[in-house]
Amino acid sequence: MLRFLLRRLLVALPTLLLVVTIAFFMMRAAPGGPFDSNRKLPPEVEHNLEAKYGLDKPLGVQYLTYLGHVAHGDLGPSLKYQDRSVLDIIREGFPTSLRLGVSALILGAVVGMSLGVAGALRQNSSVDHGVTTLAILGVCIPTFVTAPILVLVFASTLGWLPTGGLSDIRSYVLPVAVLALPQIAIISRLTRSGMVEVLRSNYVRTARAKGLPERTIVLHHALRAAVLPLVSYLGPAAAGLITGSLVVEKIFTLPGLGKAFVVSALQRDYTVVMGVVILYASLVIGLNLLAEVIQSVLDPRMRLS
Amino acid sequence: MTGAILAPGSQSGARAMETAAVKGRSLWDDARRRLMRNRAALVSLILLGFLVLAAAIGPYLTPYSFDQISKDDVWAPPLVHGHLLGGDSLGRDLLCRLLIGLRVSLAIGVVASAVSLVIGVAWGAVAGYVGGWLDELMMRFVDVLYALPFIFFVILLMVTFGRNFILIFLAIGAVEWLTMARIVRGQTLALKHMEFVEAARAAGLTSGAIIGRHIVPNLLGPVVVYVTLTIPGVILAESFLSFLGMGVQEPLTSLGTLISNGALSMDQAPWLLIFPALTMVATLMAFNLIGDGLRDAIDPKDR
Repeated sequence: MLRFLLRRLLVALPTLLLVVTIAFFMMRAAPGGPFDSNRKLPPEVEHNLEAKYGLDKPLGVQYLTYLGHVAHGDLGPSLKYQDRSVLDIIREGFPTSLRLGVSALILGAVVGMSLGVAGALRQNSSVDHGVTTLAILGVCIPTFVTAPILVLVFASTLGWLPTGGLSDIRSYVLPVAVLALPQIAIISRLTRSGMVEVLRSNYVRTARAKGLPERTIVLHHALRAAVLPLVSYLGPAAAGLITGSLVVEKIFTLPGLGKAFVVSALQRDYTVVMGVVILYASLVIGLNLLAEVIQSVLDPRMRLS
Repeated sequence: MTGAILAPGSQSGARAMETAAVKGRSLWDDARRRLMRNRAALVSLILLGFLVLAAAIGPYLTPYSFDQISKDDVWAPPLVHGHLLGGDSLGRDLLCRLLIGLRVSLAIGVVASAVSLVIGVAWGAVAGYVGGWLDELMMRFVDVLYALPFIFFVILLMVTFGRNFILIFLAIGAVEWLTMARIVRGQTLALKHMEFVEAARAAGLTSGAIIGRHIVPNLLGPVVVYVTLTIPGVILAESFLSFLGMGVQEPLTSLGTLISNGALSMDQAPWLLIFPALTMVATLMAFNLIGDGLRDAIDPKDR
């Protein structure tokens, strides 16, 4: 196990390095720079600014310097906001995005798995058809359609919840619901198909023949195998939540990291963009790794050698 | 008695089956038959045909053009002044804009999926067939791109090269090929040890010819299914971009652009949100149901 982890980490590092490299040079290939504005800066001022941030050096040198800084955990200063480092900006926006994403994932997993199990236990019943329909609808209705509709109903018309902004815990209800909906759809579908397959397997029949109560069979024997496909969905789910939170943060005017990223990319705030890409790429890589570990714990067939 | 009555029937039944067996049913005949029996997929197929037709010729049939601004028709509700679905904030006809938007979204979906199809199949088939260090290298590259959060990658592309229509195709297609490459590689690994491939090799065919003439045609099943499911994914991705203000540019429009504009004015003109949203959901649903139906039809053991 330890050796597997080490080997995986050894692969993860070059992966991250490549991600950083691609993002760095793509960002630099973009026309315009961080100091463009409506008023043209005098050339001397611009030159001084560039010299201050080291942007006047050859690109290769800048790249290596940047890598050196990142290796020491230093993401550098923001080029757009004076006196603020990239870390400051991440520290400001990330907690909000993280809270959103984690709550949505938990809600999606709990509701989705319950629905999926319910559908699988009563195959071809009305419950099952309801779950299947919901699963398809949830994938087909994009978040930026559900979000305005929910705002119209629960915020503008009924006035139960705020339309946007971040004031108290109620501000999270609608964004989390919107983010969780596609997750519920996908997770319920994965759980249902996994469960249907497992319930037909020999060991479940054996458990039945032993006279175990249905509850034990479903919760202990079947569910454990049925959630396996779910675990490998962890990585893609994280990526989906990141995309979703870009939209949700925009609609509900939440001060999250997704919004900071879009703004920075448009303003050519190189260091902030790089910082966010590094953070999210590490998250996706980390979650994929975690998924593999969990899978090997749950499934003896996948025990890592 | 009953046995005697039944016997001739079952005999003719057996004879009918014999003739059918003589005619021979290909895998694809079987698949089509199964697909036609799937009611949801069939309805979706008809709906999709209708949507494609509407997007292709619909804009020529409306009395307005999609970028025609009219002061009198600003926020016109549906059915007023000959606007079947109403007018938008500049008095442009929503029906016409909706049809154009549908056309753009469908085109992006199909073209970007085609891009992902070509790259993904070529990449996966070569990696899987050649194997060894090349396979390792190519698939590691796919893993790396997987770790790059997709939406960031596309935003960076948009920022880098400007909001270019063709670039949206390429950008999304370039990201969507990853899963295709993995699927194709897996299938190729299974195929390459089959006897017919061995026979082709024994006959002295080059690797390139084996991949092109023997491997790729046999991959078609899962590939077709995945392409059908990629198209709605691409349409969705484009609309995310449009929603973030990085999609197609005005006055041209897409379903995503229409929806995001509609969401802004949903208090005074809800129809600007409702109709594009319904069209979008119908389109995505049709593709998804057809994809599911195809999967069941081509690979019945997954049912």
